[in-house]
Amino acid sequence: MEVIIIIALTGVAIMMAGAFNKPGLSLWLAIAGLMLGFIFNIRLWNTNLHLYNHMIVYDNYAVAFNALILLSSALVFLLFHSHYSPWEKHLDEIAALLVFATTSMLLMTSFGNLVVLFIGIETMSICLYVLAGSRKYELPSNEAAMKYFLLGSFMTGVMLFGIALIYGASGSFDFHDITAYLAANGNKANNMFSIGLLMLTVGLLFKIAAVPFHFWAPDVYEGSPTVITAYMGSTVKIAGVAALYRVYAYHFAAIQPVWATTIMIVSFLSFFTAVLFGLPQKRFKRLLAYSGISHAGFLLMAVLALNQYSAGALLLYAVSYSMATIMAFTVLVEVIEVKWDDQLTVFKGMGAKNKFLAFALIVAMLSMAGIPPFSGFMAKFNIFTAAAESGYIVLVVLAVIASAISLVYYLKPITLILSNDDSNAEKIKLTPEVIIVLTITILLTFVFGVFPKLLTGLL
Amino acid sequence: MLPIITLGLPVLASIIVLFIKDIRQIKQFSLIASVLMFISTLIYLPTYLYPTSPNVVSIIGMDSIFFSMDGLSYLLLLLTSFAAPLIITASFLENHERPNIYYSLFFLTIFALTGVFTTQNALMFYIYWELALIPVYFICGFWGAEGREKITIKFFIYTLFGSLLMLVALIYLYTKTPYPHSFHFSTLYQVALTSVEQSWIFWAFFIAFAVKIPIFPFHTWQPDTYKVAPMSGTMLLAGIMLKMGVYGMIRLMLPITHLAVVQWGTLATILAVTGIIYASIIAIRQTDIKRLFAFSSMAHVGLLAAAVLTMNKNALQGATFQMLSHGVNVIGLFFIAGIFSNRIGEKKISEMGGIASIAPRFAIYFMIIMLASVALPLTNGFIGEFLMLLGIFQTQPIFAVLAGTGIIFGAVYMLWLYQRSMFGKLNPTITVFADLNLSEQLMLTVITIVIFWMGLFPSSLLHIAEPVLNQILKTY
Repeated sequence: MEVIIIIALTGVAIMMAGAFNKPGLSLWLAIAGLMLGFIFNIRLWNTNLHLYNHMIVYDNYAVAFNALILLSSALVFLLFHSHYSPWEKHLDEIAALLVFATTSMLLMTSFGNLVVLFIGIETMSICLYVLAGSRKYELPSNEAAMKYFLLGSFMTGVMLFGIALIYGASGSFDFHDITAYLAANGNKANNMFSIGLLMLTVGLLFKIAAVPFHFWAPDVYEGSPTVITAYMGSTVKIAGVAALYRVYAYHFAAIQPVWATTIMIVSFLSFFTAVLFGLPQKRFKRLLAYSGISHAGFLLMAVLALNQYSAGALLLYAVSYSMATIMAFTVLVEVIEVKWDDQLTVFKGMGAKNKFLAFALIVAMLSMAGIPPFSGFMAKFNIFTAAAESGYIVLVVLAVIASAISLVYYLKPITLILSNDDSNAEKIKLTPEVIIVLTITILLTFVFGVFPKLLTGLL
Repeated sequence: MLPIITLGLPVLASIIVLFIKDIRQIKQFSLIASVLMFISTLIYLPTYLYPTSPNVVSIIGMDSIFFSMDGLSYLLLLLTSFAAPLIITASFLENHERPNIYYSLFFLTIFALTGVFTTQNALMFYIYWELALIPVYFICGFWGAEGREKITIKFFIYTLFGSLLMLVALIYLYTKTPYPHSFHFSTLYQVALTSVEQSWIFWAFFIAFAVKIPIFPFHTWQPDTYKVAPMSGTMLLAGIMLKMGVYGMIRLMLPITHLAVVQWGTLATILAVTGIIYASIIAIRQTDIKRLFAFSSMAHVGLLAAAVLTMNKNALQGATFQMLSHGVNVIGLFFIAGIFSNRIGEKKISEMGGIASIAPRFAIYFMIIMLASVALPLTNGFIGEFLMLLGIFQTQPIFAVLAGTGIIFGAVYMLWLYQRSMFGKLNPTITVFADLNLSEQLMLTVITIVIFWMGLFPSSLLHIAEPVLNQILKTY
């Protein structure tokens, strides 16, 4: 299990590096560790490992999503110094917590046992509670941490109760045994099992901020340090959806009637209400929070579809969503450093002074909106096709309407960027790290927009 | 090789022009590049005029880009590449800030339009369709006139909403194709659908195309957008982009949902014919020349849509021909409007008058284009409208009578406009009205020649699309 061990050790090493008091060391340690993990992760392709009595199942699905998680974590790390100044206190602890959160996400895609799933989610959450409050002298950061922690720990309790009920019904934490138990009962879930499953689902839906469990997202996104928000918006959401898909598609596909309605309603509510709530937003972080909620809804459509296309579609969507999110947040991090504000109006006239940032933000917005030739279009297209294939035509129509409405707010920043009034715009100097992040994300957005089969063909 | 040039030239031009600094050089480069595109399109002409067995040019083995062009595609490609140099010449009338980006977006639109007309793959069709929208959105949004922000957003969301409905329909059709699924038109044509399914798909398609064309009551974005967009943007929209809608109707709607066209065609035709009369009456009352042309264009395309919905061969041939002649004429008309606002600023029609006395050459060209637009015999407008009305008459005579009023109304508002602006006493507020300069005259001469050439020798163009239309009508 080299990957998980490498990443965990990286976290430990970063905490040790704090002792040497060398600013910048932890950043490069983290990136080196994540890249090493990435390489080892890719090497596990097609090995299909079942480890520790099915505690961990490292199949291709896990490899693909872990690669994405490691990549986007590394990209977020590259932004680290644009946001935190190197002499900030406790920087190494923050970096270490991020790495630990990444470690636990690796478990969230590769569990074969409810306990591992729980450990993964809980470790990640605890790291995130602290990270959200990592600017401890800033009030919004504290507020975000508090809200996230209170709601999050409550939801963890709900989820744990759900797991306990499933255990009570089936007598095991191991998905192998649970599936066998279901099969023995003619793929009918009794009430205890159904309620347990529902509670587990609620816990997972909370983590990906799906409606109606989304109320924390805008506030926490707004208050947290921007880099952490970028991490929450991209990696955390992907890991959550990956876990959800794994639970349903790999283990509970047989009892689809039990959960399909719930997921369908949540999916619809997520993309539709989020799109409507996104319309009046004036702050970019909140806008991205609502956009993230709507994307959670779209991602859930893949869980619902559950056919031979859905895993590939989910992967493509996850990649294009997290690339676009990181792109948008990178631009925001840079702009906030100059303007100390995240109102949409800070982008006004950016096109004239900061061409590269402006271009990146336009690509990010258009990709999220699902406009060809960016990968966002292909992602939406594949998910919609998968859902239509499984007969959810009405849901697809509603999703399409929602994406049309969402354009209104995705176009807002673009209109401001290209406005001819650039009196307030300032030239922003980009560090090489930022240029690397934007280049990689833009490139991937284009490549997967033109050649989506590279990803959808994998799973 | 040739298809790659056809698709590649606009992309290349759009990239290169970004890096040119000097305004004069940008303009020269754009013009030369667009003329090259036109020439490269002309090279195909013999293939279609004297067809050997399969009347299709395509790239074999390129699955993803899928360039495949039959006669109908070719005519529209011809229109696109012919209109491009005209629109670029016209755009010299205006001054654009950041001209390199402007022309880059322009070429990107041309690329997307080329793609729309030359693909046989529905997914690529959709992608190009959307792709054409983005640069035009930017062109209207950043080089447009006052009040453009709201109007362009409205335009964008309107058209995008329509095309997303088309996407749903295409996805549904795709899932119905036999395994392995395919987006190729010929596969989609063969999908067996119940009449209920066809009805849903018909309306999804119809709304998508109706927004683009635009057909009453989906037209509300159009007059404002035509008014605030820069002249060349309006020309792109009215001259070429709305043909995407008609093309989509002929290419996708008729063959795939022919049962529903029979079932719902009357209702859709009522909408189209209502649009003709409604737009004509509004056009009469317009005080602004651009808005008048916008409504006149809407009346003309209403007839196009009504003709396509009849599924009659004459009507379809007329529609195909009218797509080309409307493209040419509307570019001419908006160029005339552009010259007006270039010379005397934004003026109401009532504030003009007697311009013929100080700008006689301008008056002549205006007269010719105006007459072509009201479908006088010998001009290109006549052939298309006559064939379309003939076709409609053969199927639904009442609609032909109603639609025919559009031509009468057209004569009313056009001649009245001409009379009020060009004849009579010179309005005292107009002191100078410079007559045409060389490039303007050249452009209008080209348009005039095409108007008469198409009006006098229509058969060659009609001949090109005929096999395709036969095939489309044969599918049901």
